[in-house]
Amino acid sequence: MADVARHPRIELHTLATVEAASGSVGNFKVKIRQKPRYVDVDACTACGDCAKVCPVLLPNEFEAGLMTKRAIHQLFPQAVPAAYVIDMDHCLGTNPIACGKCAEACGVHCIDYDDQEKVFEVEVGTIIVATGQDVMDPTPFEEYGYTRYENVLTSLEFERLISPLGPTLGHLIKLSDRTLPKTVAFIQCVGSRCDDGRGKPYCSNICCMNTIKDSLLIRDHWPDVEVKIFYIDIRAFGKGFEDMYKRSKAAGAKYIRGIPGEVMEDPETKELILHVENGDTGRLEEHRAEMVILSVGMEAPADMRKLQTILNLQKTPDGFYLEAHPKLLPVDAATKGVFFAGTAEGPKDVKDSVTQASAAAARALRLMAEGKVHIPAITSTIDEDLCKFCEVCAKACPYGAITVDRKTKKPAVVAEAACAGCGTCGAECATGAITMKHFTDEQIIAQVDAMLADRPEEKIVVFACNWCSYAGGDFAGVSRLQYPPTMRLVRTMCSGRVDKKFVLHAFAKGAPVVLVSGCHYVDCHYIDANRWTQKRVERLWDQLERKGIRPERLQLEWISSAEGAKFQTVMEAIEKIRRTVTPEEIEHTKKVLEKNLLEVPILV
Amino acid sequence: MIQKMGDGLGERVGVFVCECGMNISDTVDVEAVREFAETLPGVVHASVNKYTCSEPGQQQIKETIREKNLDRIVVAACTPRMHEPTFRACAEEAGLNPYLVEMANIREHCSWVHTKEKAAATEKAKDLVRMAVARGRYLEPQTEMESPVIRRALVVGGGVAGIQASLDLADSGIDVVLVEKQSTLGGVMAQLDKTFPTMDCPT
Repeated sequence: MADVARHPRIELHTLATVEAASGSVGNFKVKIRQKPRYVDVDACTACGDCAKVCPVLLPNEFEAGLMTKRAIHQLFPQAVPAAYVIDMDHCLGTNPIACGKCAEACGVHCIDYDDQEKVFEVEVGTIIVATGQDVMDPTPFEEYGYTRYENVLTSLEFERLISPLGPTLGHLIKLSDRTLPKTVAFIQCVGSRCDDGRGKPYCSNICCMNTIKDSLLIRDHWPDVEVKIFYIDIRAFGKGFEDMYKRSKAAGAKYIRGIPGEVMEDPETKELILHVENGDTGRLEEHRAEMVILSVGMEAPADMRKLQTILNLQKTPDGFYLEAHPKLLPVDAATKGVFFAGTAEGPKDVKDSVTQASAAAARALRLMAEGKVHIPAITSTIDEDLCKFCEVCAKACPYGAITVDRKTKKPAVVAEAACAGCGTCGAECATGAITMKHFTDEQIIAQVDAMLADRPEEKIVVFACNWCSYAGGDFAGVSRLQYPPTMRLVRTMCSGRVDKKFVLHAFAKGAPVVLVSGCHYVDCHYIDANRWTQKRVERLWDQLERKGIRPERLQLEWISSAEGAKFQTVMEAIEKIRRTVTPEEIEHTKKVLEKNLLEVPILV
Repeated sequence: MIQKMGDGLGERVGVFVCECGMNISDTVDVEAVREFAETLPGVVHASVNKYTCSEPGQQQIKETIREKNLDRIVVAACTPRMHEPTFRACAEEAGLNPYLVEMANIREHCSWVHTKEKAAATEKAKDLVRMAVARGRYLEPQTEMESPVIRRALVVGGGVAGIQASLDLADSGIDVVLVEKQSTLGGVMAQLDKTFPTMDCPT
């Protein structure tokens, strides 16, 4: 931490968040909003004279609320930057008549009650997202009595309790009577591996090892304190971890397979009573402990949504950020030039966080060392003669890359550097004035025609976006998930590219079922281009119904790159629909949609 | 109406069918796919490779492009999300515009997901190749733009990961802007007393 403060190349801004961003890989313009500190960071000597006179007492969140802080405070002695900060929500001192004591006490006059919020812009080539995680809150698990019983703590609270710098200077005490507990019980997987909606379904990765560590600390320092660990199974998979687990057992920690159904407190003695079905013996047991530690996991930060929107990032179903590829690009975001480090991408321990951070730095460095980046050629172009100035393309473009003026009849112009290549403009343009490079109408129709050249009634036409649905199909493949061999996939960069004429053409060619598939709403790699897909498909459903074609034959599904299993399920479900489509129905559709057949030179 | 892209239709397409060791050829009859590819309009070459992405596989593509004067290539192998850049680079080295490469995904979307239906998987692989050739013939050369990269990085978050990334970059000569929402660096890591497995202090 201190190295960061000292480093001449690192510009540190605390109390700061990302407010907005524009540009793309190589040249991002990022707006930063910095809250006022009310203390001059450079002038403050961190002597602490100010806090001594501050009359306002508040819980210290760094100490998990087990200690207090003043309205003017430093969260912990090694804080970086080494400067105090005022919590202005609780400070009395904006009006010097009310207080102003800290300003009086400050020998270097570094306190400024009128300090203002700053908004400034930085220009950077790459961005590393290392926004971390939230520690899970165990209060929904009422059966454990957290907050009801004084001696039930979370693992993070326990961490502060036994820290030599913490509230008790490292002494292990019960909060109820400040004496050493005879027995400390740990309950594992609180909030993790939980499917009932109160917690998260995933394993938080660190809690088993954290408890093993705590058990060793307790048995080393206080050999008379009994340690009982209630667990589902112990996951000690890392280097040196199994050895530590064995040491914990050898040191006398008792491991009991089973999660207590309930923790009760003896109101007189404050002793805690745990009832558990021992998975090894099959017997119902009662255990007593004077302190219970809830081994809580990690969850995605509650406030990550804003940065996700600003940088156009995606999340996995567990709520953490989604990497561009789970194995081959594990620290890259789908947004080029953005990388993930640490628990922002998923639960991990300190070592893995550091490893990933170095990997992210190396990936970012790779771009910056070369000093240039190749921008793909997949952008849209306009045929000015065909443009009717309707402005639909400009409205459809998620990047505002198209300008057109209906009043002055100025044809559409695409700013190619801003165009990301989703192709939504091309799909929405009714006059055929827009050509999407590398995903032209002809190229896509040629694929559909090739697919449906023989026995079309046996084929399912799938339009899949490159980033999520196509990748979801890849993931199904990597996972060897089997599904019916009837579907054929046409890849577009975004589902927004899927023109309604492609769909009608496929039906006119005899396709029994068509699936349009894209990223989940919040995950669209082109901001919100898939909302246009949704609207378009809804219009198509109406149109099909009016023409006496079952709308069910056109399906719309959102499948993410992590959802191989969903890809499989969808393919199975659509195959069932295909089997309901009769030859008569297909003939009828072909006749009704005859006019929608598109003319492309026959290639097959 | 649809947009035309000029008259540069591919007339000399080369198709390269990959066995991917046995990943594809265990399920798909690659020889049947190759024979089928030869019958497609515009195709002047079709061959099978053990590993098309390997050095000899790429070498063969490059030689064939030159020898047979190919104007488009179709690689029937794995997902383009994996090896499209490989084959684009390969084409470019042989003097073919990298955007004149098309892939047919006969592994992730075929051999791996229809392992028990070999005949149907082979039929599907043929269709995928036919689709790739049809699309491939319409591909147009494209030029990529280059854009400069500012040698400065933004790191969002000053926990252990943000600190490590910042130091690594800064030590490599890159200017770093580190943004932390709290009043101090450290994040959750700073709250930990000892860390496993070495039992040392994290700060």
